[in-house]
Amino acid sequence: MKELKIPLIKDGTVIDHIDSGNAVKVLHILRIPKNLSSTVSVAMNVNSKLGKKDIVKVENRELHPKEVNKIALIAPKSTINIIRNYEVAKKYKVKVPDEIVGIVTCSNPTCISNAREPVESKFKVISKDPPKIRCYYCEREPEDIADRII
Amino acid sequence: MEFKGKDIISIKDFSKEEINYILKFAEKMLPYAKGSKNKKVLDGSILSSLFFEPSTRTKLSFDSAMNRLGGRVIGFSDPSGTSQKKGESLADTIRMADSYSDAIVIRHPHEGAARLAAEFANAPVINAGDGAGRHPTQCLLDLFTIKTEKKKIKNNKIILLGDLKYGRTVHSLAYALSLYGADLTFVSPKSLKMPNEVTNECKELGADPKYTSNLEKAIKDADVLYVTRIQRERFPDAEEYNQVVGTYKINNSLLKNCKKNLIIMHPLPRVTEIHHEVDSTKHAVYFKQAFNGVPVRMALLSLVMGGKL
Repeated sequence: MKELKIPLIKDGTVIDHIDSGNAVKVLHILRIPKNLSSTVSVAMNVNSKLGKKDIVKVENRELHPKEVNKIALIAPKSTINIIRNYEVAKKYKVKVPDEIVGIVTCSNPTCISNAREPVESKFKVISKDPPKIRCYYCEREPEDIADRII
Repeated sequence: MEFKGKDIISIKDFSKEEINYILKFAEKMLPYAKGSKNKKVLDGSILSSLFFEPSTRTKLSFDSAMNRLGGRVIGFSDPSGTSQKKGESLADTIRMADSYSDAIVIRHPHEGAARLAAEFANAPVINAGDGAGRHPTQCLLDLFTIKTEKKKIKNNKIILLGDLKYGRTVHSLAYALSLYGADLTFVSPKSLKMPNEVTNECKELGADPKYTSNLEKAIKDADVLYVTRIQRERFPDAEEYNQVVGTYKINNSLLKNCKKNLIIMHPLPRVTEIHHEVDSTKHAVYFKQAFNGVPVRMALLSLVMGGKL
């Protein structure tokens, strides 16, 4: 029997097929370890049919759609598995939305979305893989998306 | 073509057909802009003119355009006397101006300010320059000037010179000229090169811009020389500004080797980049270009407020 590198979880979320090396960024998006209330397992540089990948398992937590959108921006090939009582209750591929609202700040310090105005940041997605976004307000294209996730 | 209620935020919001329509309408406005014909197309309409940054030509030509059309202008050209100083958000200032007027013209130091204003206003919003971002009405009057002086835009060899990094007019203009199939050459100091995202957009439209820092060579076969000022206020670092200011100077000696029908444009104000001796040559069209702001802005005001000529 093949030994599992990280244990099965009873309830929670498994984020699979994260581009190798990006698991730390996924943890950052999920506010881990700051938001830590349950066990989190991380496997990095794991062999798979599609090459090297990272895996993150979070117990007793199902992801919010906004968190999934954020993950899609830095790991567009990843899949989300919702686990309930050791069974995969739901499995889907993350999807980069056409528009990103309120989850990334604009890299332009003089963009109006960074001023004290009653609006959320808004970006049009101009490429899904690799993700490239353009600010709705100032039209700049931030290159460091992962560092700008709110 | 319906423009009533439309915001004018970025030249990229318009198709080539829509731009052609605006340019044709601006041509019809010429005798009205000069005062030789008179029609109160916007009689009873009010324009809010909100200038959070200094302006001479843009503000005056919008004021002139609205007055020529029979409308009235309210607003300010210095935000120090407004509630913005008390910390009011731009969104709230816009909501107020929206309730007082039929259209809003805004210049603001933050990029994207006009787009935000359009979200909070029911009345059409016209962007009169947002920081180092867009300046669509300048772009339209530049296209209008090239079209009236050269009869066409396509295939003209056009040099964009000077501050191509921070200069807001050249970004929109490079995009629009690419849309029309102009032959572009970018001339600038290395530290003020055209941003890659602008160059990439030009390429996506089928243009193939060339880069050089050698103006003397580039000017020989050019049809249009578009000069920009190196703007101190856009530099985050004074040292960077001092290194590049005065790199290019247009004078009669430089123009000895140019085509007879080369036109020289400049969005103005100029400082030292074009010598005054050039003003009296047939190459200089920058004052005519500044005047063209009136018919172009008359056309835009009339179109977005539903005025019929």
